[in-house]
Amino acid sequence: MTPVLEVRDLSYRLPGAGDRHLVTALSFSVAPGETLVLLGRSGSGKTTTLKLINRLLEPTRGEVRLQGEATATLEPYRLRRRIGYVIQEIGLFPHFTVAQNVGLVPRLEGWPPDRIAGRVRELLALVGLDPDEFAERSPRALSGGQRQRVGVARALAADPALLLLDEPFGALDPITRVELQREFRALEGRLGKGMVFVTHDVREGLLLGTRLGLMHEGRLAFLGTAEEFRRSNDPQVKQFMEAA
Amino acid sequence: MNLLRFYGDHAREAFGLLGQHLVLVGASTFLAVLIGVPLGVLLTRRPAWRGPVLGLANVFQTIPSLALFGFLIPLPFLGGIGARTAIVALVVYALLPIVRNTYVGISGVDPAVREAGRGMGMTDGQLLTMVEIPLGLGVIFAGVRVATVVGVGTATIAAAIGAGGLGVYIFRGVSTVDDTLILAGALPAAILALIADGLLGLIERRLAR
Repeated sequence: MTPVLEVRDLSYRLPGAGDRHLVTALSFSVAPGETLVLLGRSGSGKTTTLKLINRLLEPTRGEVRLQGEATATLEPYRLRRRIGYVIQEIGLFPHFTVAQNVGLVPRLEGWPPDRIAGRVRELLALVGLDPDEFAERSPRALSGGQRQRVGVARALAADPALLLLDEPFGALDPITRVELQREFRALEGRLGKGMVFVTHDVREGLLLGTRLGLMHEGRLAFLGTAEEFRRSNDPQVKQFMEAA
Repeated sequence: MNLLRFYGDHAREAFGLLGQHLVLVGASTFLAVLIGVPLGVLLTRRPAWRGPVLGLANVFQTIPSLALFGFLIPLPFLGGIGARTAIVALVVYALLPIVRNTYVGISGVDPAVREAGRGMGMTDGQLLTMVEIPLGLGVIFAGVRVATVVGVGTATIAAAIGAGGLGVYIFRGVSTVDDTLILAGALPAAILALIADGLLGLIERRLAR
C-alpha cells in the first residue's frame, strides 16, 4: 500500500540570519490508519515539520510525498485542501457560523450547497456536537472543548487523506483534554486516515500514537512504536519517559 | 433670527452651496477609499513599504490645508482654480486615515485565524476577501469616518480657490465683517460634520466584529 505521507531527508534552514537549521534530515512515512506522534520540547522543530509538510514553509532540502505525489509539484493551496490541519489556537473564523466554518474547504472546492450542508451535519455528529443545536451558532458561543471539536470537524470536511494536528488539545483544561483524547482515539480507528500529531505530552503521545517520533534540535532522535518507546534506552527518550 | 431671514432670502443659493459641499466631500472620500483601501492592503503584503508610504501620507496630512490648496494651483492637470483642485487636495487629506486604518484593521486579524485559513488552502485573494477584509471592516470604516468628518471641515477652505461649498459664505462673511454670513456657512458645515460622524459611527459599530 502506498503510504499517505512520505518524508525523505527533509531539512529547513531559516532564510537569512546565520545558518540556523530548524529541521535536519528528517525521514519517515505514515501509512493509512496510522498516527505518527511527534514528541519533543518547545523549539525542537515539531511545528516546523508540520508546516513543511503542508508548505506553509518551503523545505530547503528533501522531499515530501502525499499519496505518492511530490508536494513540490502541486500548487500550495491545492495541496493544503487535501490535508486537514488543526492548530492549538484552532483559528475558527469568528464571523462564520459553526456550519460555515466546517463547510469551508468544500465551499472553496465548489461543492453544491446541499452536499456541503449534509457533510457538515455528518461531521458535527461525528465529533459529538448535535447539528441542530450547534450548526448555526457563532464560534464565540462555544466552550474551548466545543471549539476544538469544530476545529477537528473542519479539518475533516473534504475527506483529506492526511491530517496534521499541532497540539490540538494543548490549550484545554485537563478534564476536557482527557475527554477529547479518548474520543479522538476512537475516531482514529474509524477514520482510517494518516495522521501526524504533534504534542509535548508523552502520555497523550503514548495513548494516541501508532508510532512515536522524538524530535530533538530539529532531528528525529527516536522513531518506533509506543512499546519500543517505553523500553528504549535512548537517553533522550528516557528523559521524556521520566517526565511523564 | 437674522440667520433665518438670510436663509429665507437666499434659499436657492444656500442649498446650492450645501450641494457643492456634499459633492466635494463625497467625491473626494469615494476616490480616497478607491485608492486608500488597496494601498492599505498592499502595505500588509509588502511590510517594507509601510514606513515610506505612511510617512508620505503623514507629511501630506501635516501640510496646512490652505497651503496645500495653494501648492496645487500651479500644477498641470491636477491643479488650477476650481472644484477639481479642491477634490485632489481633499483626497490627499483623506488618504492617511484610510490607508492607515486599512493596514491596522487587516494586520489586527488574529494570526491563528489567518494561519488556519492559509493552512486549509485559501488563496491569498480568498483570505483577503473572505477573512481579512470582513474582520477588519470595522477598523477600516473608522478610517473612512475620520476622513469624511475631516473632509467636511477642510472643504470649507476649498472656497478660497473657487471650488464653492459652504466656505463661500464664511469667506464672504469674513471679508465683509458680517457675522450672519459667517454663521450661514459655519453652522451648516458644523452640523453636517456632526451628522456624518453620527451616521458613519452607527454603521461602523454594526461592522465591527
